[in-house]
Amino acid sequence: MMREVQLAIIGGGPAGLAAAIAARESGVQDIVIIERDRELGGILNQCIHAGFGLHTFGEELTGPEYAARFIAQVRALEIPCLLDTMVLDLSEDRVLTVTSRKEGLQQIKAGAVILAMGCRERPRGALNIPGFRCAGVWSAGTAQRLVNMEGMMPGREVVILGSGDIGLIMARRMTMEGAKVKAVAEVLPYSGGLKRNIVQCLEDFDIPLLLSHTVVDIHGKKRLEGVTLAQVDENRAPIAGTEQYIPCDTLLLSVGLLPENELSSSAGVSLSPITGGPVVGDDLATSIDGVFACGNVLHVHDLVDFVSQEAKQAGESAARYLQQHTQIGQRTELRAVNGVRYTVPQHIDLAHMGEEVTVRMRVGQPYRRAAICVYADGTLLRRLPKLVLAPGEMERVTLRRDQIPAGTKEITFCIEEGETK
Amino acid sequence: MYDVVIIGGGVIGCAIARELSRYQLSLCVVEREEDVCCGTSKANSAIVHAGFDAEPGSKKALFNVQGSQMMEQLCRDLDISYDRCGSLVLCFDEQDLPRLEALRLRGIENGVEGLEILDSAALHKMESAVSDKAVAALYAPTGAIICPFGLTYALAENAADNGAQFRFDTCVERIERTAEGFAIHTSNGVLESRTVVNAAGVYADELHNQLCDSKLRIVPRRGEYCLLDRKDGKLVSHTIFQLPSALGKGVLVTPTVHGNLLLGPTAADQEDKENTATSAAGIAALTAAAALSVSNLPMRDVITGFTGLRAHITEGADDFVIGESAEGFFDAAGIESPGLTSAPAIGAYLAQLVAQKLQAAEKENFIATRRGITPVKELPFEERRALIERDAAYGQVICRCEQITEGEIVEAIRRGARSLDGVKRRVRAGMGRCQGGFCAPRVMEIISRELGVAQTELTKSGGESRLLVGYTKEVQE
Repeated sequence: MMREVQLAIIGGGPAGLAAAIAARESGVQDIVIIERDRELGGILNQCIHAGFGLHTFGEELTGPEYAARFIAQVRALEIPCLLDTMVLDLSEDRVLTVTSRKEGLQQIKAGAVILAMGCRERPRGALNIPGFRCAGVWSAGTAQRLVNMEGMMPGREVVILGSGDIGLIMARRMTMEGAKVKAVAEVLPYSGGLKRNIVQCLEDFDIPLLLSHTVVDIHGKKRLEGVTLAQVDENRAPIAGTEQYIPCDTLLLSVGLLPENELSSSAGVSLSPITGGPVVGDDLATSIDGVFACGNVLHVHDLVDFVSQEAKQAGESAARYLQQHTQIGQRTELRAVNGVRYTVPQHIDLAHMGEEVTVRMRVGQPYRRAAICVYADGTLLRRLPKLVLAPGEMERVTLRRDQIPAGTKEITFCIEEGETK
Repeated sequence: MYDVVIIGGGVIGCAIARELSRYQLSLCVVEREEDVCCGTSKANSAIVHAGFDAEPGSKKALFNVQGSQMMEQLCRDLDISYDRCGSLVLCFDEQDLPRLEALRLRGIENGVEGLEILDSAALHKMESAVSDKAVAALYAPTGAIICPFGLTYALAENAADNGAQFRFDTCVERIERTAEGFAIHTSNGVLESRTVVNAAGVYADELHNQLCDSKLRIVPRRGEYCLLDRKDGKLVSHTIFQLPSALGKGVLVTPTVHGNLLLGPTAADQEDKENTATSAAGIAALTAAAALSVSNLPMRDVITGFTGLRAHITEGADDFVIGESAEGFFDAAGIESPGLTSAPAIGAYLAQLVAQKLQAAEKENFIATRRGITPVKELPFEERRALIERDAAYGQVICRCEQITEGEIVEAIRRGARSLDGVKRRVRAGMGRCQGGFCAPRVMEIISRELGVAQTELTKSGGESRLLVGYTKEVQE
């Protein structure tokens, strides 16, 4: 007999936890959270620095503390969790094949599925960084796990490539553990990390941030001995003559996160080539009936608070789907143009959406004194002036249903530069 | 005193060891690295050449065609993946058609079966991803793909099952002739042996020159590769070559037996025998050359790159050097492409020569087969479920990208893996799209537990490749 469950949530990190709580509070009784690691909390468990929860709880928590609040709710609601359990396959008709040490191999048929698998780090190979493949080159998140969870030091003299948030956080963390962080190199002319992390993790510790720089060689046949950095031109090509050799025993890579959607693909979920995550509607439903997505598997977030908010919405939508099934109406496409890289959701259903919808988006480059403009079939709907816009900071625009003219076919989001009124 | 010492634990050394282990001989493989399959054997195109490239009458031609014929059965015996996917040599210019035809005739002369020239329509029907610029192709149905790690480990394990010894972290420094045979001075003491087999890859010339009058010179020919995510493995269904040039068989695009897409190699000679670094120029050249064969290659899906060094002989011969080069000293030198393909045939041939020399008799109890590590992912549902019921470790996925379980990793360690790379090459944990980002700490934990070694002592690939430098302040206190 195949096990059946109303709602299966794949992933017990911040997205999965918040989705589970919301679904239960919306009346779904039969839920299971499937987590591949030993404990709930996902990547938050290794994020022992503070700075989480300002939006959600109005106070600064560490990652494990933030996770603990959600885990406590999941426990209080007695939502079952399968830990150390890996989903091997998800079919189009929502049959999950899972494996674990404790319960072996089994199949679970779910009435609805919420994808909350998170993301992974882009590895060195994806950047084609030349050089030896020696020990001492880690992705920043792996190093974070080694240091914060296993209590082990990957090295003493560190160069970090990429100024994503994990790289910045690890620059500070390694410094506090007594390592010398010699430089953070960033191939772009600006950092992809949060401003507050640049101040608190680099500037406060006098760690140089080398913008428009990259690693052009990795030295050391067995263990890393040093890296060659070089400045890059506007096409990100290294400029000859700018090379500098920096001796180090560790290179940490913080060069981007990729939503982890191999399971989604196995089920046939349509993915966006820009976000790397599923294409979703205002209810965060994917292209496969009864399958929803939230958190970093949908698109990479910079603040966990927004993951929790998004996941809550996915949990509520899945509950609504299970209770009354989604009625499909006219689809209004959301389009990202002129400076906006993407929107999530990618489409909305004016007839069935809630009172309002939060549209999350990122810009493709930094802007000063610009505005996010929203047009419904060419007519200006909203204009939101912004002093600063940066690719590292996700933007959100809330649209009320009653603002959008009935029959709107397309809503476009763009950046308009110049003095704001 | 050994009867035979084989220097080099690559695919050639291991193939010779496996074949020699058929005989009543005391046998030792000496390897400078911590494991077998650490040199050229781990960084090549992972294909079985049909055998139309080599000069007719050459050793390359002979051993290639023989090896290609032996490979499928060998892979069955040793329980490793083999896929006869066939290969295509693309021709991009009508003017080159005579060269393509010459290649076909050369193949026929070498004894390759089933060769066929395809016109553009037939080619694109067979392999739709091939660039429109290709006007014709030579189709070789006997071309195949294999796992070079799998083959090397299988040969080594089977040789060990039949009594062959292996000494790792042992670098041969000097070989001296003695009254009984040879004294082999190594970084780990002196070994005595009646005969020596030189399978030392890019260093085979240095050993050869110590004992032989005719001198060899090997200048490594570097070949850089890119490996793409498994989601692109079905982009092509054949191994796709380009019409060869003086430097080699050109850049190929091929599926691998594990479902990835592999591009490579470049070809550039270098003096340095240790430089396996990839280079910006190499990666750029590779990308450009591969794009000739298959346009729109999804280069954003590259998950890793690597460089292999072919043992190319520049002085002394333009062929494999295989045979008794001095009294009791046997060479398997200059084994560049098609070395992997030729390995079974070279192994059988040299083993016979050595056995004859030593007048050794065959064992009666030779174990001809070997079982691979349990391929959990490939098992049918019920079989997999039953396996986990017997041993729960097969239920625990450690490498999520390749879905490798703890049970398989433990098997790898019990078969000799001591490092992250040793585990990776045996069971693919860390070989997937995240390149060990998630599983490396878990694999380290398992190696540490199984071998009783502190994690801070573990290496990526033996020797100086220590992964960690110590503990954090809190743990230290």
